[in-house]
Amino acid sequence: MNDVMLTSSPHSHQGTSVGQIMRQLLLACVPGAAALWFCFGWGVVINIAWFSALALLLEASILKLRKRPVLATLRDCSAVLTAVLLALSVPPTLPWWAGLTGIAFAIVVGKQLYGGLGFNPFNPAMAGYAALLIAFPVQMTRWLLPDGVTPALPSLADSLSIFLDRELLQGIDAYTGATPLDKFRQHGEQLVSEFWQSTPLMGQWSGRGWEWINAGFLFGGLYLLYKRIISWHIPVAFIAALALLAALFYDGGNAHSHGSPLMHLFAGGTMLGAFFITTDPVTAATTLRGKVIYGALIGGVVFLIRAFGNYPDGIAFAVLLGNAAAPLIDALTRPRTFGHPQ
Amino acid sequence: MSASPRLWNFPGGIAPLAHKAESLRGPIRRTTLPPQLIVPLTQPGHVAPNVLVQTGERVRKGQILACGDDATGVTVHAPAAGVINAIGEQSVANMSALPELCVIIDTDAAETTWDKLPPLDYRTADADTLIARIADCGISGLGGAGFPTHAKLRAALRKIDIVIVNAAECEPWITADEALLRERAADVVAGSKILLQLTGALRCLIGIEDSKPQAVAALQAAVDDPRLKVVVFPARYPSGAEAQLIYTLTGKEMPSGTRPVHNGILCHNVGTVYAIARAVLHGEALLSRIVTITGGAVSDAANYEASIGTPISFLLQQSGFDERSLSQLVCGGSLMGIALPHAQLPVAKTTNCVIAATRSELPPPQPEQACIRCGDCADVCPVQLVPQQLYWFARSQQFDQARANHLNDCIECGACAWVCPSHIPLVQYYRAAKAELAEQDTKQQHAVHWRQRFEAHQHRMALEQAQAEQRRAERAALAAQKQEQAVKAGPSPQDIVAAALARVQAKKAAQAAAKPSSDDDNGASS
Repeated sequence: MNDVMLTSSPHSHQGTSVGQIMRQLLLACVPGAAALWFCFGWGVVINIAWFSALALLLEASILKLRKRPVLATLRDCSAVLTAVLLALSVPPTLPWWAGLTGIAFAIVVGKQLYGGLGFNPFNPAMAGYAALLIAFPVQMTRWLLPDGVTPALPSLADSLSIFLDRELLQGIDAYTGATPLDKFRQHGEQLVSEFWQSTPLMGQWSGRGWEWINAGFLFGGLYLLYKRIISWHIPVAFIAALALLAALFYDGGNAHSHGSPLMHLFAGGTMLGAFFITTDPVTAATTLRGKVIYGALIGGVVFLIRAFGNYPDGIAFAVLLGNAAAPLIDALTRPRTFGHPQ
Repeated sequence: MSASPRLWNFPGGIAPLAHKAESLRGPIRRTTLPPQLIVPLTQPGHVAPNVLVQTGERVRKGQILACGDDATGVTVHAPAAGVINAIGEQSVANMSALPELCVIIDTDAAETTWDKLPPLDYRTADADTLIARIADCGISGLGGAGFPTHAKLRAALRKIDIVIVNAAECEPWITADEALLRERAADVVAGSKILLQLTGALRCLIGIEDSKPQAVAALQAAVDDPRLKVVVFPARYPSGAEAQLIYTLTGKEMPSGTRPVHNGILCHNVGTVYAIARAVLHGEALLSRIVTITGGAVSDAANYEASIGTPISFLLQQSGFDERSLSQLVCGGSLMGIALPHAQLPVAKTTNCVIAATRSELPPPQPEQACIRCGDCADVCPVQLVPQQLYWFARSQQFDQARANHLNDCIECGACAWVCPSHIPLVQYYRAAKAELAEQDTKQQHAVHWRQRFEAHQHRMALEQAQAEQRRAERAALAAQKQEQAVKAGPSPQDIVAAALARVQAKKAAQAAAKPSSDDDNGASS
């Protein structure tokens, strides 16, 4: 008889893999990324390409240094996913060196120094984002005006020049402006409805362009739910907490209003955060009740930062805070084992 | 089914490909007698069996080969007539891969007389008679664990409310129970009634998955007693695990560390119930069982009624075994079965299935990757453990944490490892950690034992010392008392007489020395 395989049970497997999950997540990013590209032009694409290339290179170098299998690990696509999520979060006007700093922080410090995939306590993309925001506040808040508000988006050549940090003929200021969330914070004594009419930045329910970007990520998120790549607990809790707090502080749309729930749900990084960032399993709570608490905690903090904090959007800091709380949440929400009293 | 009874949903579970149709195409086959049988004498708890035969001895079919030492032993019979070729240690299909004592019989196909016991009327027989019969027929659990059936029944004599017959057979590939039910449901029903009679339970639930419509129909046609109910539930692995099945049927959770019989429930596999019926109604000892031979490396998968001790290779040959396409040989199902090193191992009382799998059917495990804490394992765990945390504890050797997180409640069903996208062999980690915990427990018991002995010794020493002290103190007290009395009463009359005598003696001695000496009254009287 030829040599038979001797393995420990179970001898069969469902057939899923980490790489498959990551590739599904990347695929689900496409609608939101396309909307971003449509609204802000080539800078988005340049960032995705640059970040991904850097992430692969840096991950490969560190793996080599740590004497870990390089190709097999790169194939899990987690580095590319981190790169893409960070690229989708930062302004499309980021110079190349800022991107390098952000990705280096995300992959080297945020992920590999902790031991690589599965061992990082903080979401690498959000760690990179926070590092960038603190290190380069000007570049990180220099958003383009979306298509429909600005007369013209930067051309591919202009986008490359911005990326390479070269002076533009007409100056970059021709293209940039406040984001809707930023603008809303300065609505002064206006009623919400007055504010809406006073600026071309606002669209149907939220910021012009941003509502479509968020719709794109929402669509991708629903695909992930349908494919059972993510569970509903975190996104639903996140969105519910954000919407609930926004509703509580909406205040009839008067001068002290902090904006409608709909505006918050379709502004900034809400949907990207809800379906792609907070659902990163490595850094999230894992028990079912824990996931609900974790999602709600982040949603709540996002609103608090947007309404009362110093930053127009608060996804990154809220997520990092949630990451820090996740182990505690898990410990406090351990499910009752079958056959044991509560 | 008349009224659909209420069902309870156990947590978790998975739905792997069943692979059951392959081996259910035809009826159960009877094999020709293999030239040699290797009959394992396996006893519970690794007790040495009492072998009652000798090498070279001629045995009849049904003759007792060995029995256990005490009330929990399993009697082993000769499955066929023949001559004992050897008695010795042989490899068998077990988890530890340690050889076990077996009797090798060169069979005699011409001699077919079977030593049977007289039939019993279970309606008039008392429980002790029935249990003794089951013990005499060498019945042990045919579902997997192989626990001696008579010992389980004796434990069940306290108070049983419900008898549960486990016909779920939820694991992929195995169809032995399903085939048995399709053809011999009447005996399973009869066995269930024997169990009702024996335990005095009021009802019996036969639990079966909805993926076995023919077996369900056969069962329902055979049921002729209102106390018996066939309960059909949705197929989901591991619905046939004991605690999960009991919960599905009754909504009762077996408290951790207890067995169903402690909670008024007696649970038996259908194969065992069938064997009980044969033993009681026909006096037949357990000489054969149904074995599924399946997998892509056999062209003709089927169920066989195989004599205990039949070499697995013999059954594979009957099913058109193609050695070249074999990648893995598994005894049991694909999720909890044991990988076999070769096919020269015998069919034991617990051997329900052999999968001769090709590489595409049971592919080699993929390299283990890092856990991404996706939580899929926790979603499918039927015991609601948090497998990924247990994995960290097992990996980092935090065995106390693993215990505190109920590692010992793990039933090793393998659902967590089946879904793990990182291909971590979780069950392997849990088995290792459980073994470590068991060893710790043994050491702990030893430590407690020796500490108790030491403490008892210390106590004894202290006690002796205290007693000695006490005796000394008593003596001292007595002496002091005497002294006191002596002082109070002055010299006693006897003392005065003695002193006088002494003086006289001293004087005499002095005179004898012829020289008057100085007065030494004091010295003489002391």
